[in-house]
Amino acid sequence: MAYTEQELSVMDSIIARYPRSRSAIMPLLHYVQSLAGFVTNEGIEEIALKLGIATAEVSAVATFYTQYKRKPMGEYHVGVCTNTLCAVMGGDEILAGLKDHLGLENDGVTADGKVSLEHLECNAACDYAPVVMANWEFYDNQTVQSAKDLVDSMRAGKPIPPTRGPDVLPTWKENSAVLAGLNDGHANEGVQAGAASLLGLKLSKKGSKK
Amino acid sequence: MTTLTPVLSAHWDEADSFTIAGYKRHGGYKAAAKALKMEPDAVIQLVKDSGLRGRGGAGFPTGMKWGFIPQGDNKDHYLVVNADESEPGTCKDMPLLMANPHVLVEGVIIAAYAIRAKYAFIYIRGEVAHVARRLQQAIEDAYAAGYLGKNVFKSGTDIELVLHVGAGAYICGEETALLDSLEGFRGQPRLRPPFPAIAGLYARPTVVNNVESIASVPAIVANGPEWFQGMGTEKSKGMTLYSLSGHVTNPGQFEAPLGITLREILELAGGVREGHQLKFWTPGGSSTPLFTADQLDTPLDYEGVAAAGSMLGTKALQIFDETTCVVRAVLRWTEFYKHESCGKCTPCREGTWWLVQILRDLENGKGTAADLDKLLDLCDNILGRSFCALGDGATSPITSSIKHFRDEYIAHVTSAGCPFDSHASTLFASAKVGA
Repeated sequence: MAYTEQELSVMDSIIARYPRSRSAIMPLLHYVQSLAGFVTNEGIEEIALKLGIATAEVSAVATFYTQYKRKPMGEYHVGVCTNTLCAVMGGDEILAGLKDHLGLENDGVTADGKVSLEHLECNAACDYAPVVMANWEFYDNQTVQSAKDLVDSMRAGKPIPPTRGPDVLPTWKENSAVLAGLNDGHANEGVQAGAASLLGLKLSKKGSKK
Repeated sequence: MTTLTPVLSAHWDEADSFTIAGYKRHGGYKAAAKALKMEPDAVIQLVKDSGLRGRGGAGFPTGMKWGFIPQGDNKDHYLVVNADESEPGTCKDMPLLMANPHVLVEGVIIAAYAIRAKYAFIYIRGEVAHVARRLQQAIEDAYAAGYLGKNVFKSGTDIELVLHVGAGAYICGEETALLDSLEGFRGQPRLRPPFPAIAGLYARPTVVNNVESIASVPAIVANGPEWFQGMGTEKSKGMTLYSLSGHVTNPGQFEAPLGITLREILELAGGVREGHQLKFWTPGGSSTPLFTADQLDTPLDYEGVAAAGSMLGTKALQIFDETTCVVRAVLRWTEFYKHESCGKCTPCREGTWWLVQILRDLENGKGTAADLDKLLDLCDNILGRSFCALGDGATSPITSSIKHFRDEYIAHVTSAGCPFDSHASTLFASAKVGA
């Protein structure tokens, strides 16, 4: 697949953000991932060409970071936090429940290409444990059942929206473009903060009124 | 009783707190305008005078870090904000950026001006799409308002700010690995010296600061160093975000003066979940040695936590009750360190691998009493023997848990495996729902 003129000019605009072109390698990898759903050999070759470095150097970077996938993911990539706190609070049971429900192992994709599953490390939302991420959007305070409902809604083509995120869950490809630094216009959607984030503020206001 | 002091979080309860209009309603960007009328060195002095120390874990004085940047050297300088929040348990910077990305942008403008950097970067972890979205929008809005770009605030100063999104590597939270990653390489730590202040990004003088540190600067400029000094303890000044998670009635964010205790925060949060008792906790993420109920009254400031044998770290207070198996908890953290070790230094790369195998054996009933000594011996050979602190962090939960809970490790040997019911630790077990 050759890249279109428009796609190549997006790549040039990404490179232009940086004082030195090689710094653009990570957003470029996110961008080629947004086009094909994963980092293809063509993507690596194009990035190498654009940056004037060897394909091996681009591959070395692509394989270091777990978010760059070298094979197709689901349209909705589901990650279950199983780092200590989330695991203990229920993440282990959620992951086991989803594996069973979807018939998948870690890094597996459903036959319809809708859902892929991965266990995650800490995703910086511990006050909302157990946490599930879908296409890197937050699903807070999950249970085994709510996680099953979530993947069912994805397979039905109407994913439940994130707890703290855009109104409609973007696809894997769409959110890969966001990670490449391309503004999708959804920043103003969703809550500004969840209840746990506001707890201290709320208590402080209550205390000062006394 | 310590009083909470919402400053960074003061307006998070307003629905448009993340927009430029919401931010400006409460005086947003006035501190940057004020700072740009001062001499850059005076801004550095002001931050030095405030006593602000790094909120990313190490607690290094922020103003002093800025002061290390050589001036008049005719080199490009860079400011890099570390938003790669990934330390297990740490969840303060992401809610901050989701609710108020502009406070970080304003802090960047002030800091870049002070250290004479024309280019600044925010390196955010990649697994938080909506936070990246909000930050990207905030940066674009700041450009449109003339706060970023050429001649910012019509001051004659140019400041470019680029959001750089990571791709899932804990190690990139280590400042020199972050710089390598930002340069377009695999994120692996560098040997120091030279420190980033001398040879950082592109081998140029660079300041790397945590999100919360930079986000604290606008309030310091607006209210003055004395105001900031009025909060906190003798050597740990100001307010900070404490993140409470785990087996508590109400987890969440608490912005308080440095030096508040866990007992006080727990009281605000409604205590440990009903019918259970505190067993162990981390004061600042998984890399900080575990505490027990004995440290409930330890002042949570840099000196207080250190004196009690741990580190303030990121103020990530993860609470575990008596249903939690400490060996299981430590095994999970150790698996994390093994997975996230970048592989550059042998003690960390190989050592974390061995730690995981031994802990797995213990948890699965294949351990022996000799394994405890072996774990401690391995930790002894990892600690302080690598370029960065990842390997050191891996040893913290192990050595501290063996110190506090040796008997529980032994019980895994004598009862041929984990004696705990893992379901009892879940939120579903207490709420009687789910599963």
